[in-house]
Amino acid sequence: MHMADALLSPAVGATMWVLSGATLGRSATRVRKTLDEGRLPLMGVLGAFVFAVQMLNFAIPGTGSSGHLAGTLFLALLLGPHGAFLTVSSVLVVQALFFADGGLLALGCNLFNMGFFPAFVAYPLIVRPLLAGAPGQGRRALGIILGAVIGLQLGAFGVVLETILSGRTALPFKAFLYAMQPIHLAIGLVEGLATLALVAFLARTRPELLETQSRGRSAWKGALVVAVMALVAGGCFSWFASTRPDGLEWALAKVGQQEIEAPEQSLHGRIAHAQARTALMPDYAFKGGGESRGATSLAGVGGGVLTLLIVGGVGIALRPRRKMA
Amino acid sequence: MANFGDHLRELGALDRLASMDTPIHRLDPRAKVLATLLFILMVASFGRYEVSGLLPFALFPVILGTLGEVPWGLVGKRVLMVLPFALVLGILNPFLDRSQVAFGSWTLSAGWLSFASILLRFALCVGASVILIATTSMDGVCMALERLGLPRVFTLQIALLYRYVFVLLEETLRITRARELRANGRPLLLSEYGSLAGSLFLRTWERARRVHVAMLSRGFEGEFHGASPPHFRSKDAAFLMGWGAVLVVLRLVNLPHLLESLLKGVAS
Repeated sequence: MHMADALLSPAVGATMWVLSGATLGRSATRVRKTLDEGRLPLMGVLGAFVFAVQMLNFAIPGTGSSGHLAGTLFLALLLGPHGAFLTVSSVLVVQALFFADGGLLALGCNLFNMGFFPAFVAYPLIVRPLLAGAPGQGRRALGIILGAVIGLQLGAFGVVLETILSGRTALPFKAFLYAMQPIHLAIGLVEGLATLALVAFLARTRPELLETQSRGRSAWKGALVVAVMALVAGGCFSWFASTRPDGLEWALAKVGQQEIEAPEQSLHGRIAHAQARTALMPDYAFKGGGESRGATSLAGVGGGVLTLLIVGGVGIALRPRRKMA
Repeated sequence: MANFGDHLRELGALDRLASMDTPIHRLDPRAKVLATLLFILMVASFGRYEVSGLLPFALFPVILGTLGEVPWGLVGKRVLMVLPFALVLGILNPFLDRSQVAFGSWTLSAGWLSFASILLRFALCVGASVILIATTSMDGVCMALERLGLPRVFTLQIALLYRYVFVLLEETLRITRARELRANGRPLLLSEYGSLAGSLFLRTWERARRVHVAMLSRGFEGEFHGASPPHFRSKDAAFLMGWGAVLVVLRLVNLPHLLESLLKGVAS
């Protein structure tokens, strides 16, 4: 669920950069205070571990597909939210640079969706209280799976909001939401189960590694209430849409009847207005202004071909010739 | 597992490319990071139906990639790898956005334009990012990020992650290979995943502790000391300002339209 540069407007990308940057700064200060700097190599190696374990796929029975761990929640269990956010951020930066997962402008969005929500919302509000004291197996499973699901639901919602606010795709808000939330319900369950498997293994072999996090008051009943409320509020889209054979298809059928267009238009209109004021470049084309813009765009096909020829020519002209020597 | 080896090989390939010596490699990482950011910002700032205005922006990756001697196969491969994602998110546009656009005697749904625009954006942004990392070492990028104001704890974290990622990927490759040789084609189940990933984690943890002790015993106090802190020379400033100007002009002036009207002028 990496957000991508190509789907972002500068206004949304920059806003998320600021939000994630502030979180990063705060996390760095906290980590420096609580974790002495000598322990940094530990976090570095853990980041590399998450990077590697994300490529370790396991089979999901009965589906023929496979899943893997994303790891933010696992890191939060080991390092606490600040260390986890910092570590996941470093993984995302390396992925953005080397595998073009997301991209530089989208980095702010990705840090927020995949780092902030699991580390600073799901972990402290759901997982930590549920695992406080000496959790039995049932409570531990509940806490971790619930935390993973809620973290991913929020992240997926973030992707939907950022995409719609940027206005680069024509996907209607509801259709996109109905597609994303159920998919990420499944991904969240997989994430929860994988984290649980890893935590259960560590609890058997090296319980002292996890013990640091189980201190604190047991407030798991309160956390359960919060979790249920969050699930009802945020996840009801998932339950609702997953009763349909295919959320997106079903929603598209509705779009055909122009039922969703109206509210979406007005949402878009308002965003377009707000964005026109905040954007770096004032001359945005949005849904309404599409036709004239599109017409001018296509008229320049000859010019476009010429442009590409020039670009290609420049490339060929600049090609280094030292291989001859 | 093939996937695993591929990733490792490609990381290695990019790492080797980054240590080459070309005019682009010699530039200050800050100049390259900032120019690439500006490029992506400019590309992102176009309206959703823009196609022609995006084309001249190919100049940036083409020139940097050519002068930096980045193999185009590698860039193409990266772009192709993210293409499915772009297709999924864009392919519905032609069906959802049915407002018609006149194009000579043809009409076209405007959704096709925004679809083409999304694909172009993907190619340009991914291309520019790959070329940045293929011409700049990871230490260089970390230095740039730190000088640009990111917390040192974080840039250090990235640098450390990068140092260990090769080792850990190899470790993971060994573990999965060992399992596959014993499993006789049976897929990895979740019940076994815990102990597999868990033992990878324990090995990692032990390694981290050894590394930590080794670094402490060599006087590590939370800082890497680079061999030569690079200076931002006038060459770097010229590169950044030159590209800044070109990118802004390309953003404001639609080059293909200009060329088109020139063509028409010549024809008439």
